[in-house]
Amino acid sequence: MQEQFHPATFFAPEGAKYTLLPFRFMDFDGRRFLANDAGQYCFLDSPEFTTLLDGTLSRTSPAYMELKAKHFISDTALRVPLRLLATKIRTKRSFLDGFTRLHIFVVTLRCDHSCQYCQVSRVTADRSRYDMSRETADRGLDMVFRCPAREVKIEFQGGEPLLNFELIRYIVEEAERRNEEQGKEIEFVLTTNLALIDDEILGFLREHRVYVSTSLDGPAVIHNANRPRPDRDSHDLTIRGIDRVRKALGHDGVSALMTTTRLSLAHPEAIVNEYVEHGFDHIFLRPISPYGFAVRTRRHTGYELSSFLEFYRRALDYIIEVNRRGTVLTEIYAQILLTKILTPYATGYVDLQSPSGAVIGAVVYNYDGDAYASDESRMLAEMGDRSFRLGNLHQDSYSDIFGGPVARALVEASCVESLPGCADCAFQTYCGADPIENYATQGDVIGHRPTSHFCGRNMEIIKHLFRLYHGSDEFVQRLFWSWVERVPVSSLYPTIPD
Amino acid sequence: MRLFSKGTAVGVAVPTMGKLTRKPVHDQATRRDYIVYGDPASLNGFNGDLSGYAGVYDPRTCAQPGSLPTVSGVPNLEYLDDDDVVLLLPSGGVNVLYRRRSEHNTILTTERCNSYCLMCSQPPREVDDSHRIGEILRLLELVSPDTRELGLSGGEPTLLGDDLLTIIRKAADVLPRTALHMLTNGRRFSDYTLARRLGEIRHPDLMLGIPLYSDLDHRHDYVVQRRGAYDETVEGIYNLAESGVRIEIRVVLHRQTYERLPQLADFIYRNMPFVSQVALMGLEMFGFTHRNLEELWIDPAEYGPQLESAALFLATRGMNVAVYNHQLCTIPRAVWPFARKSISDWKNVYLAPCDKCGVKDYCGGFFQSATKRHSAFVRPLPRQNPDADRILREWHGIKTSTASSVPPNS
Repeated sequence: MQEQFHPATFFAPEGAKYTLLPFRFMDFDGRRFLANDAGQYCFLDSPEFTTLLDGTLSRTSPAYMELKAKHFISDTALRVPLRLLATKIRTKRSFLDGFTRLHIFVVTLRCDHSCQYCQVSRVTADRSRYDMSRETADRGLDMVFRCPAREVKIEFQGGEPLLNFELIRYIVEEAERRNEEQGKEIEFVLTTNLALIDDEILGFLREHRVYVSTSLDGPAVIHNANRPRPDRDSHDLTIRGIDRVRKALGHDGVSALMTTTRLSLAHPEAIVNEYVEHGFDHIFLRPISPYGFAVRTRRHTGYELSSFLEFYRRALDYIIEVNRRGTVLTEIYAQILLTKILTPYATGYVDLQSPSGAVIGAVVYNYDGDAYASDESRMLAEMGDRSFRLGNLHQDSYSDIFGGPVARALVEASCVESLPGCADCAFQTYCGADPIENYATQGDVIGHRPTSHFCGRNMEIIKHLFRLYHGSDEFVQRLFWSWVERVPVSSLYPTIPD
Repeated sequence: MRLFSKGTAVGVAVPTMGKLTRKPVHDQATRRDYIVYGDPASLNGFNGDLSGYAGVYDPRTCAQPGSLPTVSGVPNLEYLDDDDVVLLLPSGGVNVLYRRRSEHNTILTTERCNSYCLMCSQPPREVDDSHRIGEILRLLELVSPDTRELGLSGGEPTLLGDDLLTIIRKAADVLPRTALHMLTNGRRFSDYTLARRLGEIRHPDLMLGIPLYSDLDHRHDYVVQRRGAYDETVEGIYNLAESGVRIEIRVVLHRQTYERLPQLADFIYRNMPFVSQVALMGLEMFGFTHRNLEELWIDPAEYGPQLESAALFLATRGMNVAVYNHQLCTIPRAVWPFARKSISDWKNVYLAPCDKCGVKDYCGGFFQSATKRHSAFVRPLPRQNPDADRILREWHGIKTSTASSVPPNS
């Protein structure tokens, strides 16, 4: 005998009750924005939101189905929804796997530049006082290989690290030698102003596949004003250096970062054009950091948050237009945030995560062997405040440095899940905490969100990205996805020519 | 396509399996794997030495009555090839179990099923067909190790429990270069142990095709006609992924699934971005589909917007999308790049309007059964511009012949 088929109603959930699963919400342009710990979100009208909370949202409404499918509510046994949610949250937190991945070696504090916003360098010829020694480098490598991370990045910073190129050579070769037994994936990055690059150095970088990261603040007038050398030739040297590196390492062997100063604010288009003109497919619109000499020279270089946001929006609008005209150009900060918002995946960006990337994502070994929780921590130390000094490579063990009181305090103070102002913020899963910036600008690691630039900047940029993504410009959606997927917008999916 | 013939059996006491040969096999020890077949002329090549073979399949008369299991009296053995595997039955029936030259060999593991899908193309039967297990294990030994892909289907293969694991272990063992694609509803893999044990076989190229019909549990449960099936399938998918088993999600498109297809795509991306492929499949006019046609039928041209939205959504997010069982004239042009010529060769047909179509070479055509009901929008399409034509040829692996690519007047 053949079995009968049941109608759809036979399978509909019984009863009228549903359970709220954890989510956060806020007002957003007259609607309610809801987001859960996995970063999934939806927009509801205010009356709809009220019925949701009342427990009277109709099962047949599109909002009900969306909320259920995205795990904001459940009307069944919780086992499966919770398993899916847990897996999604675990995926979002996968940046925690492996512990500290980025190890920064400050091979010298000496520099040939005297930049206004710089943090920590000295123009001096005194090698013995400001260069890292081989013994210190060895102790630093001990830490690299002690860390459980299978993929690690060793980054050389300064000062101008090329002033101590011999130590870079030593660290790369020593790391490779030690790694023959360890089998980690090691990526080397050299952060340099390129002024001192020569063929011998380039040959070494190519042979050992060392990537180059440099600074390009915009056209010559802005770049040279921000980055003074006696001959006012920094821009020239940078551009020539970029060309030389590309010839030696390939076009993608060098990336560039820009820092926004007061002088930059009126010229977003010119800065973007500079990146396009020199063949970059990315630009990272970074605000000036409130550290180092930047604090002292704030009157010359600093600006209000609103000025930066205006600059960022204008630059981003212009970048969108540049892409629309067929040039591939990714804005890196937007790419990072969009990956957090639109995908199930984590990002490896240590400056925007919870707990913060200080220590557990990145660590800095200063020229003198002091270990710091972040680049910013050592800048504070250079200004006389050693609060975030984790220890010294010559005196302290791995567990002293990575598990000591400073490291623990930083992790504890940087979980957005429990920070005042962050704990109930609907953008929480897209954001992060920066206890060291809080300390530097607000006097304590916890900070005060309503007056925090970090908070204000991220809130507004995230909102701006949501408005653009859900706006009427269909190209923007595809462009944003092309940034997330790291492909040209024309290759997002295959098409057949008409 | 002939897969079954009926002749006269002599000496076939039990079902007898073997791969076909028209040429003598010199190694006595392997003769037991072979069934000699062909017309008397080709049998002459054996010089009367049929010792040690598994059987004889002879169109005319019994070659050596009584000495070997023999089926005879079936004319026209041209449908068979050397190395095809057949089963001689005591009734005189001859089943073709495997065709060497086909890309679409599928092994039916059982007719039993724990679901009862509205559109099931192979309606389940509650029978004891456990005899298949031994036959499948023997079949795997006889299949050519150069076979590109084998399918396992049902019914629901996981109802075989441990025996299914034995079958897959055997395939990994004797056919390590053959991709194995198993259709399963995945429900039994909600038992983590079963999923883990499947993963531990470490089959070199195994993929499970698992249907998921909605982002909402009760919609899926309705389509498969079982309460709680959605939860089991979703947990099964997770358990399989955690066990390192590759998964393809299969969505059959019909009136009960098309509306929330974009939302389902979002659900898959957010909850199971690890799946190897998402296949969006047209409805087959087989089995239960007829009984439920009112609930199921929608002209594919009507769900074009949802199909396009879901396909581009997934492709944009870096996921592999395949659109099966659709004709190019019934789907949006934006979906063409995902359309595969997927219908098994023996089920595949084209209709009268297709003769004049300019893109027939790139179109999967119809199931034989679609002659009963198909889209009202089936029509011949014009030839494509040279750029589009070149891209389509590349995608479908069609070699450009010099003759056809040069316009006659140039």
